Amino acid sequence: MKPQSSYVRIQKEWDIVGARHVARDMAKELGFGIVDQARVATAVSELARNIYLYAKNGQIIFEKIDTMESKGLSIVAVDSGPGIADIGEVMQDGYSTSGGLGAGLPGVKRLMDQFVIQSELGKGTKITTKKLVR
Amino acid sequence: MDSKFKGIVVENSETIVEMWLEEVARLKEANRTATISNDLYDNTNREFVEVIFTSIKNDGAIKAVETFSEKIINLGWPLSYITDGLQVFRRVTINFILSQSDSMDTDFISDVLSSVDQWVEPIIRVLVNEYTGNWENIVSLQRVALQELSAPLIPVIEGITIMPLIGTIDTDRAKLIMESLLQGVITYNSEVVLIDITGVPVVDTMVAHHLIQAAEAVRLIGAKCILVGIRPEIAQTIVNLGIDLANFPTKSSLKKGFMAALEITNRKVTNVTTSEDNIGSLIESLKGE
Repeated sequence: MKPQSSYVRIQKEWDIVGARHVARDMAKELGFGIVDQARVATAVSELARNIYLYAKNGQIIFEKIDTMESKGLSIVAVDSGPGIADIGEVMQDGYSTSGGLGAGLPGVKRLMDQFVIQSELGKGTKITTKKLVR
Repeated sequence: MDSKFKGIVVENSETIVEMWLEEVARLKEANRTATISNDLYDNTNREFVEVIFTSIKNDGAIKAVETFSEKIINLGWPLSYITDGLQVFRRVTINFILSQSDSMDTDFISDVLSSVDQWVEPIIRVLVNEYTGNWENIVSLQRVALQELSAPLIPVIEGITIMPLIGTIDTDRAKLIMESLLQGVITYNSEVVLIDITGVPVVDTMVAHHLIQAAEAVRLIGAKCILVGIRPEIAQTIVNLGIDLANFPTKSSLKKGFMAALEITNRKVTNVTTSEDNIGSLIESLKGE
């Protein structure tokens, strides 16, 4: 039996690739279609890159959801970085502090089915997302 | 004291070797060396213990240890074979010296321990250094090999160049792509560059950002960039992410991109009239007369 949950530490740029592989494998096992597999992998890529760029150190936790009502993948990105001052601002398209496209977090929200962001200045950020199999 | 212990060990080397071999043979299963044939295992063990004794007799024999570690690395045996072997040697030797001596006070025991450690330590150091050196060497070679695969540029026809991208794009690689793209446009005097992303597993905002920047830079030096090989699922994630590629001409396949590039450079692919066709039309024209 394959594990129901796993986690990947994000410290180096190549850890992003590792996290993406775990995400894609789990999505495949759960029976996501090719498009949703790509969506999940892209969302994880964005979350992991945010950790690598802004927090330097954190982890991504993957958990399979398999209940009577729903089936899917829960992805939680946790870091103990500087935190986000204005969450409303980062959720706007085109807002970036690093000269990027500024589509990362709002993009993840659109790629996934559920998206909750909690952040405290100086303590860190926790992003909880879910994608359900249809 | 040290030379006295050395004397005991060298004199009784045969007994110690036998004890050691017995212990090490028992480790075979635990050491992930179980698949190795017994003959090879026994021979290597004998060689190993010989190397240890040469090193003890000569106060460190770096050459012999290096040659031996090279052999073990080539055989692909785990590092734990060596560390376990030396650990066993240490235990066996200490037990043997203690069993041969009458005095048992703490000073004496600590003397024995430190002497044996002094013999074993230089061997461990050389072996572990050789091993990690070998790994580092492999890793750096693979990095170079990966870099060679990174951003190839293929001039297919006068004025048209293709850059096929395969695998993950990280920051270093994105830089390399930009450099070789611009360099290539100048060297090959290209009018159109096709960037093929069929082999890129995920296009996230960072990858898209780098591609857009590369295309913009190519535009600045007077050439045109076409993004080709966008798979349907990648197209959907790009739309979900809200990435604007409106200023970036794209095509689904390399073939369509190439056709578009030909059009831009005022060329097209036509069928060459074969000699058979020529004969046919000749007969046709003769019929008319």
